[in-house]
Amino acid sequence: MAKVLMKGNEAIGAAAIKAGCKYFFGYPITPQNELPEYMSKEMPKVGGVFLQAESEVAAINMVYGAAGAGARVMTSSSSPGIALKQEGITYIAGAELPCVIVNIVRGGPGLGGIQPAQSDYNQVTRGGGNGDYKLLVYAPANLQEMVDLMQEAFDAADYYRNPVMMVGDGMIGQMMEPIEFKESVSRFELPLKDWATTGTKGQRKPNIINSLALDPAELEKHNIHLQEKYSAMKENEVKYEAYNLENAEVVIVAYGTTSRIVRNAIIDLKEQGINVGLIRPITLWPFPEKAFDLIPSDCKAVLSVEMSMGQMIDDIKIAVNGRYPVHFYGRSGGMIPTPEGVMNKVKELVGGAK
Amino acid sequence: MTLDLMKDARIRIIIGHYGSGKTEFAVNYAMLLSQQTSNVAICDLDIVNPYFRSREKASLLESNGVTVISGARGHNANLDVPMVSPSILAPIQNEEMQVILDVGGDAVGARILARFAAYFKPGAYDMFFVLNANREQTQDAQGVISHIRNIEDTVGCKVTGIINNTHLLRESGLEDVLKGQKLADEVSKLLNIPIRYISSLEKVTRQLPNDLEGQVFPIKMYMREDWM
Repeated sequence: MAKVLMKGNEAIGAAAIKAGCKYFFGYPITPQNELPEYMSKEMPKVGGVFLQAESEVAAINMVYGAAGAGARVMTSSSSPGIALKQEGITYIAGAELPCVIVNIVRGGPGLGGIQPAQSDYNQVTRGGGNGDYKLLVYAPANLQEMVDLMQEAFDAADYYRNPVMMVGDGMIGQMMEPIEFKESVSRFELPLKDWATTGTKGQRKPNIINSLALDPAELEKHNIHLQEKYSAMKENEVKYEAYNLENAEVVIVAYGTTSRIVRNAIIDLKEQGINVGLIRPITLWPFPEKAFDLIPSDCKAVLSVEMSMGQMIDDIKIAVNGRYPVHFYGRSGGMIPTPEGVMNKVKELVGGAK
Repeated sequence: MTLDLMKDARIRIIIGHYGSGKTEFAVNYAMLLSQQTSNVAICDLDIVNPYFRSREKASLLESNGVTVISGARGHNANLDVPMVSPSILAPIQNEEMQVILDVGGDAVGARILARFAAYFKPGAYDMFFVLNANREQTQDAQGVISHIRNIEDTVGCKVTGIINNTHLLRESGLEDVLKGQKLADEVSKLLNIPIRYISSLEKVTRQLPNDLEGQVFPIKMYMREDWM
C-alpha cells in the first residue's frame, strides 16, 4: 500500500480501527484532540461507536463496560486526563479486562501545559491507581512504529486480559509523517472471550465482571494470579532497540521523540570522535533490563535523556545494578531537548571534546 | 523564472486541509516576500491547533523584517483558546502592507476568516488552497473539491489559486509532485481555478519539467527540526 501523510493522532485512530477497535470513548484534551475527532468521523463507517463522554472518568468506565462485554475498545487522553482515569484503569486491571489506552503526554504537574513532555513515566509504569497491577506500556518513537504496534497492543490486551497503554509525547500526536499500513499476522493465539458478559441465552451461568473480593485469601490468590501474568509479560513482551553499543564510551537511554534527538546527537558526536550508544526502550513496562547486559564493560557512564526530570533513572539504576555511574539530562514543561544540549552533556561526562 | 510575489494580490490567504503544508508554505512565502519588499506582515490565524504554527518561527521572521501577529497575549502564550490579536486589522486595513494570512486547517480553521470577509474584495485578495495529494482526505478530486467548497462557504469568498504542495516530508520525490500536479490539474479544470504555484523542496523542484501549470516555488523546511 502506498504511503500517506498523516498526523500522529489520526494515525493512531486509523491503526486502531484497522486492529479491530469498534468502540471509542473519550473526552477532549490537547494535544490529543485529533484522535477523538478522527474517531467521530471514522467509527460510524466501520459500524463502530464513537461517544464523547461527559468526563474522563465516565469515558474509562464506559471502556470498562464495553471491555467486559468482550468488545475491542479504546480511550485516549493526555496526562491530567489520564490521571483522572486511574481509578477506572485499576478496576479494569483488577477485573482482568482488555483495552487500549492512549496517552499523548503534555507538560505537568497539575494542568501543566499543552506542549510535549514525557513526565508521565511514573504515572504509566508505576500505576496511579491502587493495588498491585501493571500495564503493558508501549512508547513508539515514530508514527510508523506506533501504527505497527497498535495491532499488537490490542492483541496483547486480549491475550493477557490486561489494559495496555500506548504512550506518545505531544510531538508524536501532533507531528506529520509518511505512513504505510501493512498487513500483519498476530503473534498471539487469542483465546475465546468466554468470560465476557454477552448474555447467557439460558445456556450457561452468568459471567460476572468484578474487581471486588472481600475474602482476603481469595484476593491474595487473585493477586498471585495477576503477578504470574506480569511475570509472563516480563518474559515475553519486552521490546527495545540497541544502537551503536559496541565500543560506546557513554550509553544513552531515551525513548519516544527524545530518542530521535539523541540519535542525531550520537551521529554528530561520532564525527567528533566520541562513540555513544543508545538503548531505546520500546516497552516502558516491562523495562528492557537485559539490554543493559550489552553495554561494553569499559563504558564510562550511562545517561538518561528525558523530557522529564529524571523519572526513568530508577529503572535504569536497577538495570545497571551498580556497574556504571548513571547520569541525567532532560528538559521539561514542554521544552524539547536539542541535539546540542545532549552533546554538551556527553562531552562533560567524557571529559571535554576530543 | 524568478518568482515575483508582488504580482499576487496584497492580501494572501493560505487555506487548506489539516497538514497540507499551509504553514510551511506561508512561512516560506513570507521569507521570500520580505526579500522583495518591505512592509510584510504574516498573521497566524490558526486557533485550531497549538502545535506547528507560524508563530513558532516569529523570531526568524521578525529578524527578516516581517511583522508577525498571532494571539492577543503574544507568540508564546500557548493558550488553548480561540483568541486572535486585534492588531490583525492593522495590516488588513493598511494598503501599504503586504499581508499573508496563515489560517488553520479545514473549514473549522477557516471560520475565523468570515469575520474579516468584508476586506476580501475581488482583486484585493488571493485565497490560495494548499493541496497535498498524499493526505488521506485530499487524494482525489472529490475530496479536494469538498474541502474547497466547505472553506469557501465558511469564509464567504472564492479560492483564487491552487498550490500544489504534494509531499511526503523528507521522503518527497518528483513522482509525488507530479501525482499532485495531475490532481491539481483535474481540480483546476473542474472549478476553473488556476494552479498558481508548485512548491517543493529544492532537490525536487530542480527535477521538475518546465511545462507544468503554475510557477515553481522551492521551499525549505522551516517548521521541521533536523531530528524529525
